[in-house]
Amino acid sequence: MTQTADVTASALDEALVQWLLRIGDTSLILGHRVSEWCGHAPVLEEDIALANTALDLIGHTQMWLGLAGQIEGKGRDADALVYRRDAMHYRNLKLVELPNDDMAITVMRLFLFDVFHQALIEGLTQSKDPRIAEIAAKALKEVTYHLERSSDLVVRLGDGTQQSHDRMQAALEHLWPYCGEMFWSDAVDETLADAGLAPHPDRLREGWLATVQDILTEATLKAPEGRLDVHLGGKVGRHTEHLGFLLAEMQFLQRAYPDADW
Amino acid sequence: MQTGNVLPDTARIMGWLDDVPDPEIPVVSVTELGIVREVWWEDATLVVAVTPTYSGCPATAVIALQIETKLRDMGISDLRIETRLSPPWTTDWITQGARDKLRDYGIAPPVDGTASGGLAAARAARMGGGGNLVIECPRCGSGDTRRVSQFGSTPCKAAYQCQACLEPFDYFKCL
Repeated sequence: MTQTADVTASALDEALVQWLLRIGDTSLILGHRVSEWCGHAPVLEEDIALANTALDLIGHTQMWLGLAGQIEGKGRDADALVYRRDAMHYRNLKLVELPNDDMAITVMRLFLFDVFHQALIEGLTQSKDPRIAEIAAKALKEVTYHLERSSDLVVRLGDGTQQSHDRMQAALEHLWPYCGEMFWSDAVDETLADAGLAPHPDRLREGWLATVQDILTEATLKAPEGRLDVHLGGKVGRHTEHLGFLLAEMQFLQRAYPDADW
Repeated sequence: MQTGNVLPDTARIMGWLDDVPDPEIPVVSVTELGIVREVWWEDATLVVAVTPTYSGCPATAVIALQIETKLRDMGISDLRIETRLSPPWTTDWITQGARDKLRDYGIAPPVDGTASGGLAAARAARMGGGGNLVIECPRCGSGDTRRVSQFGSTPCKAAYQCQACLEPFDYFKCL
C-alpha cells in the first residue's frame, strides 16, 4: 500500500515537472521573442511596453522553472534549465517560437496568447498545490494588464487604416493554425487536472474562442474558418526550425563560457 | 550596533531598513513601499521576508543586496533574505508618507484602492479606457491629464501628460 502511494507520488511529481517546463518554457520563449523588439520597435512607447511585457514573462519563467528544478531534485536551477537544454528538450508551444517578422504578428500573437494565458493563470490561482497557486496569484496581476494592452491594440490596428487592418488580418491567418496547441492535452495534463493542480487545457477552449471572437468583431477582423490545431508538437519537444536559431542566440554566452557570472 | 549577545528587536531593525532607498525611486524607502514584509529571528539568524513588486523587476536583486549591506553595517552578520510571493505585492501597501514624497518628486502616486486582479476589472478598464480615474498632475495639481502610454520608465509606472500645464509625468500605476 505504502509502495503504491510512493509510486503515485513520484509519477505526479514527474508529470508536474513536465507541466512546469511547458508553462515555463512558453513564458521564456515568448518573453525572448518580445524582447527582440527592444530598441527596434516602431515607436518609443511600444518599445518600452514590449520590454516591460518581456520582463514580466521572464520573471514568470524564473518562478516556474525554479519550481521545476526544485521538484526535479537534480540540482538544476532556472538558469541551468534555460541555458543548458537543446531545442528537443524544450516544451514550449510552437505559437510562441515563431519569428516576429511583422509588428502585426507580434501584437496578434500576444493577444491570442494573452486571452489563453489570463484564463489559465486565473484557473491556477485555485490550484491545490500552494506553490503553483502562489506564483499564479502573483502573475495574474501582470497577465491581466497584458491582455488589456494587447486587446486594445488589436482593436486599434484592426479597426485602423486599410494597411494596418490588412496586416492584422494576415497575421491572424498566419497564427490561427498554431493556436490549437494551447488546448491540446496528453497524460501530463490529465494527471494535473485529475489531481486538481491545473485546469484541463480543453476546458479553456470555449472561453478563449468567445473572448477572441468579441475582440475580433470589435476590431473588424474575421476569424479564419480553418482548423486551430494544425501545428502541434511543441509541448512534447517537436519544434519548428526557428527555435534552434533563437536558442543559439539566447544560450551563446553560457555555451561559450560555461558558468560565466557577473 | 549589535552589542554582546543581545539581539536587537525587530521593530528597531525595521527602523534601520527605513533608510534603505528603492534603487529606482530613491526618495522612498523599501519599507515605505511595503516590500519588506517581515523580519524575525530564528535563533541567532535574522530572516528578512522581501516581496517582489513585479515578477521581472530588475531592481529585486539590488534591493536584496542593499538590505543585506545595511544590516551588515549595523552589525548583523548572520542573516538570510527570503522571497515571499504571497500575498502578492499591491500598491495599496505604499504608505501615505511615501505617496507625498512621490508627488513632491514628480511622480503621481497610485490612486487608492484601485489595484485590480481579474478579467472583469481589466475589461472594465479597457472599455472605459481607464478614463474614470482622475490622475492629478504632480506639478500643477490639475485633474485634466491623459495617459500617453501604459508603460513608463520602469515596470511600475505609466506615462501621462497634463493637459493644463502640458507637463509630461510618470504615474505610479496601481497593481
